Amino acid sequence: MARTDVELMLDVKAGDDSSFDFLLQKYRSPLVNFLYRMVRDTATAEDLAQEVFLRVYRARKQYTPSAKFTTWLFRIATNLALNSVRDNRYAKLAVPLDAPPEEDAAPMELPAREMRIDEHMIERDRTEFIRRAIASLPEKQRAAVLLHKYEEMDYEEIARILDCSESALKSLLFRAYESLRVQLAPLVAQPVEQRAGEGRPS
Amino acid sequence: MKCEDVSTELIAYLDGRANSSGRRKIEDHLAGCAACRNRAEEMRKVSMLLSEMPAIEPSFGFDARVRQRVAAEPRRSWLWQLVPAPRPAFAVALLIALTVLVAKLPSNHQTVTPAVATSAQEQEEDFNAIKNLGVLENYDVLTKFDALEEAPATPSSQPDDKARQGDQSND
Repeated sequence: MARTDVELMLDVKAGDDSSFDFLLQKYRSPLVNFLYRMVRDTATAEDLAQEVFLRVYRARKQYTPSAKFTTWLFRIATNLALNSVRDNRYAKLAVPLDAPPEEDAAPMELPAREMRIDEHMIERDRTEFIRRAIASLPEKQRAAVLLHKYEEMDYEEIARILDCSESALKSLLFRAYESLRVQLAPLVAQPVEQRAGEGRPS
Repeated sequence: MKCEDVSTELIAYLDGRANSSGRRKIEDHLAGCAACRNRAEEMRKVSMLLSEMPAIEPSFGFDARVRQRVAAEPRRSWLWQLVPAPRPAFAVALLIALTVLVAKLPSNHQTVTPAVATSAQEQEEDFNAIKNLGVLENYDVLTKFDALEEAPATPSSQPDDKARQGDQSND
């Protein structure tokens, strides 16, 4: 039977470094993606993700399973991301929606083999448009949307991570989705292709 | 339900997480409000658009770098592991205990003081003994000094006189 995250972390606390490796394998991709969507830079996202894992390891002896492991993990990640974003606010995030795409705008995204070049360009532009709409959100709204949409966390957990009440979180999410609705109006007006494995809302 | 009241529950409704009464209220409102119905539909589309965002993969050396940084973390000695947790509380308790111990030290000094006094008294006695050593060394000379025989005998000197007489009779 697979061990839970809390059990793995308690094993790490007891000195079992292989359990830490399990957690690393399980959360490396979600963390890097979350941080990449927060900071919009792959190198920074990976540096921050490494820092998150390092902080988890450093805090292993003090770990007490008072909350879900993911709450703790993403709280560390969110705080690091918010600090990083605030440090680079003027340098990195003041990007208008009509600005040219950045060098690392779409890392490791390869077109499907059957997709034509022009289709790929349209797809890339569309993806970039959505990415910039997410990036234009205030940091806390962005974190709320990312945790809600991509990590599929419940309201209680997101509220704990962002240190706010559930009702405040619902207002935050509404304002974020409302802002995205306005930003993405040109795409919203188009018919949206339903894709496999779509997240919430359903 | 008014349009502004919908805002706090609309996302939960679109998530399918609104409770039955909340869901019914929103559905009733959406049925009679074209603006909110349109907004809800567009938000549903926004959610679908967000799903189009591709995920990225961590770079090839990511795991190795994390492991390297973890391995570089300083390891504490086994002695440190013996210190009970929480360590800050233990440190404070230890500090208080040391403070109490130090505060009790003056009472220990009182037991030391007589010893010091005794030592000083002994030193004084030794000093007097040394000071009077010259007189003691001259004792035989003085007692056998002929001029002293003519001196009147004192009560304190009587035993000596008897002894001296004994010596003379022996002679």
